[in-house]
Amino acid sequence: MKVLVPVKRVIDYNVKVRVKADQSGVDLANVKMSMNPFDEIAVEEAVRLKEKGKATEVVIVSIGPQQASETIRTALAMGGDRGILVKTDQMVEPLAVAKILKAIVDAEQPGFVITGKQAIDDDANQVGQMLAALLGWPQGTFAHSLELADGSARITREIDGGLQTIEVKLPAVMTTDLRLNEPRYASLPNIMKAKKKPIEEKSPADLGVDITPRFKVLKISEPPKRNSGVKVSGVPELLDKLKADGVI
Amino acid sequence: MASLVIAEHDNASLKDATHKTVTAAAQVSTPVHVLVAGENCAAVAEAAARIAGVEKVLLADAPSYARQLAEPMEALLLSITDKYDAILAPATTTGKNILPRVAARLDVGQISEILKVISPDTFERPIYAGNAIETLRAPEGKKVITIRITAFAAAGEGGRATIEQIVAASDAGHSKFAGEALSKSERPELTSAKVVISGGRGLGSAENFKLLDSIADKLHAAVGASRAAVDAGYVPNDYQVGQTGKAVAPDLYIAVGISGAIQHLAGMKDSRKIVAINKDEEAPIFQVADYGLVGDLFKIIPELDEELSKRGYK
Ligand SMILES: Cc1cc2nc3c(=O)[nH]c(=O)nc-3n(C[C@H](O)[C@H](O)[C@H](O)COP(=O)(O)OP(=O)(O)OC[C@H]3O[C@@H](n4cnc5c(N)ncnc54)[C@H](O)[C@@H]3O)c2cc1C
Ligand SMILES: Nc1ncnc2c1ncn2[C@@H]1O[C@H](COP(=O)(O)O)[C@@H](O)[C@H]1O
Repeated sequence: MKVLVPVKRVIDYNVKVRVKADQSGVDLANVKMSMNPFDEIAVEEAVRLKEKGKATEVVIVSIGPQQASETIRTALAMGGDRGILVKTDQMVEPLAVAKILKAIVDAEQPGFVITGKQAIDDDANQVGQMLAALLGWPQGTFAHSLELADGSARITREIDGGLQTIEVKLPAVMTTDLRLNEPRYASLPNIMKAKKKPIEEKSPADLGVDITPRFKVLKISEPPKRNSGVKVSGVPELLDKLKADGVI
Repeated sequence: MASLVIAEHDNASLKDATHKTVTAAAQVSTPVHVLVAGENCAAVAEAAARIAGVEKVLLADAPSYARQLAEPMEALLLSITDKYDAILAPATTTGKNILPRVAARLDVGQISEILKVISPDTFERPIYAGNAIETLRAPEGKKVITIRITAFAAAGEGGRATIEQIVAASDAGHSKFAGEALSKSERPELTSAKVVISGGRGLGSAENFKLLDSIADKLHAAVGASRAAVDAGYVPNDYQVGQTGKAVAPDLYIAVGISGAIQHLAGMKDSRKIVAINKDEEAPIFQVADYGLVGDLFKIIPELDEELSKRGYK
């Protein structure tokens, strides 16, 4: 069974994001970019499926600018087999991402797709579910653990009240949560090997998808600032202050 | 036309998140209808009918909705969305699971986790872990929205909506519920508690984490955690507060042994008052804390517990 893993190139999670003064966006100049952390978890899970003999091939897809091929390379160094870059310099909304992925699924016919639960830049938490709906497939979102059997998957999900286990028929889409696994670091030999793995390039138009944004972003602004308060001398002073504030 | 709110419930009781979503919905399009989909959930529908501002409750009572799995919920919603120009759900794991499927099938984008309705087609939402706020305008057509529940006041009681039974839509049966392990707690829910006390890696173990319990009992607080504490297995996943966990905004948030990474701040910096207890005076958590206590939590927590007792908190 072929497994497809979409990976997004995003601002590194350690970077303190700054809003531009003219409110047109956030500052991306000279900022460290990395693979969306949830997608690293997705790649790791797919590679483990291959190592266990449950997947035959792991195909990595990214939609973004030329540099997104570096993100694909990272996934190939972790153990992905080949990549597809859908190249565009435009901002692509989650619905359009899902449509592009659907076109790729139609062509590649994977039996399982693993996406991240959320991209840490747009914080949308949409693409996996949208892709599943467009394909008419079931989904297991926010995956905490996975058991893959013939024709079905048992997925335990991180939900607001605890954990929930569902069984879905394959083909299906799964989205990863933080506890699914701990992604590996690519070894130097694997990084070298990944350089030789193929990355195919396509455009959204090749796939027949219109990526014109639906939404108009009016502005990107700073969140309300919180001022740092005071250091208190000890527990009694703390409780006096909280009492005076009326919060205890 | 009207807006439709997907009720958050467990078949027995209606959750407060629904009341908050009704408030947002009323700002987008009126009248407001509420969909209660579940199994043996008539009592939930009656509770939803009492929310002020709700005109009608749609009740879909069938075994296939018992767990509100995404696929049957999608089919059900698609059978009724014709009549609505906005469909809203709270940004809970249930809402986030279902709504993007509906948006995709309607060929519209979803507006995730809004903080504010500026006008019926313009919304504010956090991006980059709340380090930026996006204001965006939706095109003509149906709007599919999830709301951050801490950002909206709950609609009150006193409504007298009609309840209409609707028939179940057919479902391909590609997914089924296979079990659950829910955290049991007598404490208030994290997202609606007035006081939250959260622990981080600094607690050091699951055993030590229990030190927070006695204070939580005295302050009627919910207990939360950082990702590091969850990853280390001190507490279950549903305790996680942050960008990719739960967003909370209580009157009082007490962070114990938590450094204050941006992903954690994203979930709690809208709290009214923040207290940080940390031995590292450079910890970033102090930059957002109203009151900081620098010191060893293993000394401070027992002191705090004792002082609360002395002052009559039980
Ligand atoms: C994709 C992604 C999503 C994430 N989502 C979230 C999220 O939703 N929520 C979240 O919380 N994090 C999230 N994180 C993780 C986040 O980046 C931090 O790693 C995490 O919040 C750190 O947890 P912590 O503060 O408990 O641990 P640490 O950063 O290790 O801090 C422990 C603190 O305890 C203090 N301490 C230790 N011992 C004592 C003592 N005896 N007395 C007093 N103080 C003591 C230390 O000084 C230190 O400041 C996410 C990360 C990624 C990559
Ligand atoms: N531009 C993209 N290229 C590849 N995958 C993407 C892209 N955008 C989103 N995804 C996938 O969809 C998941 C959820 O993204 P989102 O719905 O935007 O929060 C991510 O974790 C990725 O797996």
